[in-house]
Amino acid sequence: MLSLHDLHARVGDREILKGLTLEVPAGEVHAIMGPNGAGKSTLSYVLTGRLGYEITAGSAELDGVDLLSLEANERAAKGLFLSFQYPLEIPGVPALTFIRTALNAQRKARGEAEMSAPDFLKRARACAADLKMDFDMLKRPLNVGFSGGEKKRMEILQMALLSPRFMILDETDSGLDIDALRIVSDGVNALRGPDRSMLVITHYQRLLDYIRPDRVHVLADGRIAASGGPELALELERDGYDKYARAA
Amino acid sequence: MNLDEAIRLRDPSRLPSRRDEDWRWTDLRGLLRTIPEPSRPLAAGTAGLGPFDGLTEETLIVANGSGPEEIRIAGGETRTLALRHISRGDGAHSARLRIDVGPSARLTLLESHEGGGAGLSLLGVDLHLGADAACERLVLADMDAEAVAVVELDANLAAGARFSQTLLTAGARRQRFETRVRHPGQGAEVRLDGLYVLRDRRHADLTSKVSHEGPGGRTDQLARGVADDQARAVFQGRITVQEGADGTDARMAHNALILSDRAEVDARPELEIYADDVACAHGATVGALDDEVLFYMRQRGLPEREARSLLVASFLGEVIDRIESPAAAERMRSWLQARIGAEG
Repeated sequence: MLSLHDLHARVGDREILKGLTLEVPAGEVHAIMGPNGAGKSTLSYVLTGRLGYEITAGSAELDGVDLLSLEANERAAKGLFLSFQYPLEIPGVPALTFIRTALNAQRKARGEAEMSAPDFLKRARACAADLKMDFDMLKRPLNVGFSGGEKKRMEILQMALLSPRFMILDETDSGLDIDALRIVSDGVNALRGPDRSMLVITHYQRLLDYIRPDRVHVLADGRIAASGGPELALELERDGYDKYARAA
Repeated sequence: MNLDEAIRLRDPSRLPSRRDEDWRWTDLRGLLRTIPEPSRPLAAGTAGLGPFDGLTEETLIVANGSGPEEIRIAGGETRTLALRHISRGDGAHSARLRIDVGPSARLTLLESHEGGGAGLSLLGVDLHLGADAACERLVLADMDAEAVAVVELDANLAAGARFSQTLLTAGARRQRFETRVRHPGQGAEVRLDGLYVLRDRRHADLTSKVSHEGPGGRTDQLARGVADDQARAVFQGRITVQEGADGTDARMAHNALILSDRAEVDARPELEIYADDVACAHGATVGALDDEVLFYMRQRGLPEREARSLLVASFLGEVIDRIESPAAAERMRSWLQARIGAEG
């Protein structure tokens, strides 16, 4: 599904990704853990096409499609979704309007028919109920005045409605209390399936108790420093990242 | 400096220039070396369609400076009037119109400014609102890129009167809307909104002067706009709260988006207060579309152009939302939408 090979990226003069290689097969959930400044957020932005990152070497493919040659919105239409660590506020644009406009833009790019307003509303109501969100919140401008936790739920709601094939969750647990974490994780787990994959970026092991990964990778100094099963996350929680920071 | 005399006497030295403090950003003398010849009268029946057609049976036309000079709305009446100010050719013309709205009457004035060529035009309106009268003035200015035009309004309000205004303009070669309001307080209310959508080398100047002369008046002003390419927007808002106008509540906000490095927005919000117990606030912002927000929207699948128009439309749409006449608001919203869509 996602295939990264020897990826190098820089911001200005600073090289942040220094030869990152990673394979996430279809149907799997992989976690990326690592110390602050290791390049975790940079990885999510490089994959999704934010401006300001220069890719100096390497490749990134989603199902054989070269992501790096596509615009951010074209990558989204190919099924790539990033749940932002800090979701943005969009004044004046109701959440429902925004999500429906985005969904139909993606469908148009894929040559599919638009989703009708009644069909969309029906799905939105069901998703909001699953995430225990007040439906009226979706009529308000997206994320404006929402709490950190509400914004994270709104990210997962958008993810469910856009039904992407590859999802990147960037620090989705930050700002969530335990109850919200469970609801959000249930929402994420409901999207798991044989045709979908996820990259879960997190600093803490806590989230991985709820979203069980198939593989865990340590990102340190712009590279994958170690990979293992779920037990690696527990080891990192116990021992910290020191040994990888030193090795780098 | 007197624009009307400049046109009538064909004397460019009387044009407002950058030496006039109020006109320093909308210099006409530096732009026009000579005053064009007087415009020829426009043949009847050549006006074509107006932007507010169908919303009222009553349409007044001021064409190349000729048209009605006085309109009276009798006390207690409710009327919707379309006023079309049409300029054709490249001549100069000037017109002045007095509108009296009797006590407790209600007038919706749907005013459009059309055409303009490379000429010079002035329209002055004197609006008198009787006690408890109400007037909503909605202005749509869709002028030629080469037009040079000034539209002035002097509004005099009696106690309890309400004057609401929304200007919507795409600018011209040089264009100014100046609104002067004598506000008596005593329950009178004023809303002075404006919107500009400027591209290419267009210019629009929204200038307003509100003088609160009695106690207990309200003024609420919201101006927003976008300037793209090499366009230039000017916002000058002055609210004066005179001695004795105690308890005045006056709010002014101007927010501009600059969509290009070469566009310019000049803003001067001013509050002058000589009274007590006054609630006054002004806020002004000039900025660009937020790149982070644009990336977020594109990550969700919106192409850049669509993301930009959605942001601009919602930013400007909040001003349209304040219009009281729903049918006219829809006309202005679709006109605006077409302009934004065309903006790319």
